[in-house]
Amino acid sequence: MAAGQHKSDFTNPVVRWIDARLPVFTMMEKEYGTFPTPRNFNYFWNFGALAMVNLLIMIATGIFLAMQYTPHVSMAFDSVERIMRDVNYGWLLRYVHANGASMFFIVVYIHIWRGFYYGSYKAPRELLWMIGVVIFLLMMATAFMGYVLPWGQMSFWGATVITNLFSAFPVIGEGIVTWLWGGFSVGNPTLNRFFSLHYLLPFVIFGVVFLHVAALHVTGSNNPLGIDPKGPQDTVPFHPYYTVKDSVGLVVYFIVFSILVFFFPNYLGHPDNYIPANPLVTPPHIVPEWYFLPFYAILRAVPDKLGGVLMMFGSILIWFVVPWLDTSPVRSMRFRPIAKWFLFLWTIAFLVLMYCGAKPPEGIYVVLARAATIYYFAYFLVILPLLGRLERPLPLPESIARPVLRGGGPLPAGATSKPMEKA
Amino acid sequence: MGESRRALGQLHSAVAGPAPGCGRGRDQGRRGMADTLAPPGAPHTSPPAAETGETRRDFLKLVTTAFAAVGVGVVVWPFIDSMNPARDVLALSTTDVDLSPVAAGAAITVMWRGKPIFVRNRTEKEIQEARSVPLSALPDPETDQSRVKKDPWLVVIGICTHLGCVPLGQKPTDPRGEYGGWFCPCHGSMYDTSGRIRRGPAPANLAVPPYTFTSDKQIRIG
Repeated sequence: MAAGQHKSDFTNPVVRWIDARLPVFTMMEKEYGTFPTPRNFNYFWNFGALAMVNLLIMIATGIFLAMQYTPHVSMAFDSVERIMRDVNYGWLLRYVHANGASMFFIVVYIHIWRGFYYGSYKAPRELLWMIGVVIFLLMMATAFMGYVLPWGQMSFWGATVITNLFSAFPVIGEGIVTWLWGGFSVGNPTLNRFFSLHYLLPFVIFGVVFLHVAALHVTGSNNPLGIDPKGPQDTVPFHPYYTVKDSVGLVVYFIVFSILVFFFPNYLGHPDNYIPANPLVTPPHIVPEWYFLPFYAILRAVPDKLGGVLMMFGSILIWFVVPWLDTSPVRSMRFRPIAKWFLFLWTIAFLVLMYCGAKPPEGIYVVLARAATIYYFAYFLVILPLLGRLERPLPLPESIARPVLRGGGPLPAGATSKPMEKA
Repeated sequence: MGESRRALGQLHSAVAGPAPGCGRGRDQGRRGMADTLAPPGAPHTSPPAAETGETRRDFLKLVTTAFAAVGVGVVVWPFIDSMNPARDVLALSTTDVDLSPVAAGAAITVMWRGKPIFVRNRTEKEIQEARSVPLSALPDPETDQSRVKKDPWLVVIGICTHLGCVPLGQKPTDPRGEYGGWFCPCHGSMYDTSGRIRRGPAPANLAVPPYTFTSDKQIRIG
């Protein structure tokens, strides 16, 4: 074998030739074939793979939609209607793309929640977590711009409201908004640049996802027990165990997706977006898509304009520092009997915020939104830092392979902050 | 479970004795953890089967691959088909033309599928000229009768068969070349009163689009 070639283990001559020069087959074998994966994954660990599949579906449908869409204010709305009525399978491409966005956020929210519950953000996975937050921010930008493209009433007015937020910043605010708009209000320059960026960002997301998976493969996956695998007895090769398990999850995912696309394709959307954009008529209630509602609620809960903007962005930026706010050395909430309930409460607060985000900012909804916002931030800034030191975790099991039956035994070094008593 | 194994057994003449899955299933619990790990670095081939013939695993692999191929086709087709002409484009694929305003000796140009169509109301002289040309004199031999449906109307696609320019000759002030038909200014191709190439680099006669007479003075192209 010539110098400078990779030593391939494959037998097929064509595969071997390629692999010796660019070891993609070896890489796939290593990262998705034999990769040692904790044997005790539950279905919460499916959601990363589902997110990847979802991203690919969005890119495929998006590219074919872009072949038929016209990003000009006079033609955008009609070009979407043409796609729905005249283009072969245009209705399918459009509904898959629109509902795919909702599916993407459902999958990613569950994926993130898994991270919160099982402590996947803790050392040594802090960077993996932060890359994930970057992906989430990119997703939000992409989805926001994508929703503007059909140029319906909600597209236009949602764009107006959200871009106007930047005027809250003192001194530079107005300049930023004019720059974003490319004019003096949301108009054709805005639509055109949103189309360009909406096409671009998914590929940026793809690149960051690559980093995300790479970072994961350095540390290895977390698992429901939150303890490190000690050896091969604690892991199984990714293929066939998790390729098959992921396939099961994929089927359920496609069932849910299909129910939306084929039976309730407009359920998660807003009827006002079937009205062409009219800069002179504001809809009675401007509401973003459901996945933005919690953050919209936080925005409106704060009585001050700049305060609301800062809290809204802050509510996501705070996720970056959760690995350092949470002081507990125990990863999984399974062994944190007190913290667990605070996380469940946080989840309820998130859902309450989502509910309030769709309601007019009046009466009881303001009260609820404010209470939920306070608890949302208190969980990260007060509860997690304190509980790490004050809580007495349950005894951790010895290892992944040994089932948790006899209440512990010698505990892995550094797993808890205090000596444990046997149950 | 047992029945399906037996049914499967009947499909495979090579299977001898109890179905292959049985023994392995019971063994699984007694084997150590190491068996759940694939040997490092080796591609995933099936472990040697109990019989040397086809195994159930081979059958399952074949059926799965076939289904996966069908599945890929089902998923890919809507994407490919979305690039085919959409219904609004197909609706424009036929054009109706009213011939009554076209006087004798005059010609009009209409658009059909994005292309110019020359419709000429030929004079008696032009028709005679076209009919009296011997086929041997034509680079692309075709009788005038085979190119028209009803005198005096000639309907051809107005695109030069050389490199695609639109020939001159529709307007009375246009040069028509030496054969009374059309003249392509790009490289000098000359067409006669039947739209046939007579001289110049064009290899073929002006194409005749599909059309029918829907009435005495109306045609439908496409």
